[in-house]
Amino acid sequence: MMDQPSMRELVEAVRDFIERNAMPELKGHTAFHARVAANALSIVARELELGPKSAAEERTRLVALLGHDGTLEELNRELCKRIRSGAFDLGTPGLADHLATTTREKVLIDQPGYSGLRRG
Amino acid sequence: MADFQQDLECALGMRVERLVRLSGGASQETWSFDGVGESETLPLILRRAPAGVPRTTGIPLSTEAAAIEAARAEGVKAPRVRLVLGDADGVGPGYVMDRLPGETIARKILRDDAFASVRPKLAYQCGEILARIHKVDPAPLAHLLPVVDGPAQLRAYRDTYDTFDYPHPVFELAFQWLEPRMQAGARHTLVHGDFRHGNLLISPDGLEAALDWELAHIGDPLEDIGWVCTNSWRFGAAEKVVGGFGDLPDLLKGYEDAGGGRIDREQVRTWIVYGSLKWGIMCQKMYHGFLADRSVERAAIGRRSSETEIDLVNLIIGGKL
Repeated sequence: MMDQPSMRELVEAVRDFIERNAMPELKGHTAFHARVAANALSIVARELELGPKSAAEERTRLVALLGHDGTLEELNRELCKRIRSGAFDLGTPGLADHLATTTREKVLIDQPGYSGLRRG
Repeated sequence: MADFQQDLECALGMRVERLVRLSGGASQETWSFDGVGESETLPLILRRAPAGVPRTTGIPLSTEAAAIEAARAEGVKAPRVRLVLGDADGVGPGYVMDRLPGETIARKILRDDAFASVRPKLAYQCGEILARIHKVDPAPLAHLLPVVDGPAQLRAYRDTYDTFDYPHPVFELAFQWLEPRMQAGARHTLVHGDFRHGNLLISPDGLEAALDWELAHIGDPLEDIGWVCTNSWRFGAAEKVVGGFGDLPDLLKGYEDAGGGRIDREQVRTWIVYGSLKWGIMCQKMYHGFLADRSVERAAIGRRSSETEIDLVNLIIGGKL
């Protein structure tokens, strides 16, 4: 077991340092890139919090949809193949719900303020 | 002083003052300057490709100038081209055009009080300008511009997506949904190719000009309508389908009134889906660029793919525009 602080606390500490201490000293393009860097760390912090549960539930849904086990990446590759071949389409039971839920949880990590989340 | 300033003064026959680089990548630059002649001073813009740097995207700058002038002849608001630079001019391939007043930054246009009264008119004006672009006779441009219709674009983006070799089930669903809906043999017209915030010059009086014609081509005119309605260009104002400032019926009314013909809302949906898919694949392309240059900005844009995926879910599964 690692000592404290947690991964999330460390990442948030670096982000807060960029935003509160570094950014006021920067200007122009470097200041803009510092903001982008801080946002990237916010994505990491949210993924540390939400990612494991989202991924486990995504995998459970994929196993049910596809009828066999595998890693998350293997299952997603298989799902892509089935959609591409036409074996799966919007009429496939559970597919639309799976894609809507999975996508929603990805955006909650990447960009929780995104307008598309409010329209579901 | 830029190393090409004297050559530019010779080519233009004017003194060049207040020359400032505005933007641009390695293969293309945009400069602002004043051209000072004996009787007048003109606010001008130079677009140039530095000598010896091959252009990686878009059409040649001289073709861009030709497309702008063809569009202006049809009544399209776009900056007047004053001079197309030849090889002998020593400035590099490029052209000089008028610098018009207005704003291109979406956040200002969508939020500043100065634009509050003009915002409700912009969708109609976008429709008018697009109708005029699409009425340009494509024949004289046909030997200059690439012909890329809907099915050809979809194939090209499928090829790009395949090179990533990474699964995106929502992109697969979007391809499956689009393939039967994007028909070959639809109308072939001049298409601006990048008609969205950033390239729309807007003043408190209205839409002043369509800028940045480097992706102009011959193709399906619905592409331009779908692109300006793609949610990523609404900057958070998702309920305002056109650029975050207007409603689709207003755009379609302006389009029809200006002689562009009647457009069906479901056809627009097809091209908004295409716009979201295209931007999603472009985001992943940014990630692959990051692998080469380690830019934190490109890395972060890679994670914007999911915004296009939720837009695709809302469009295809949710029935929203």
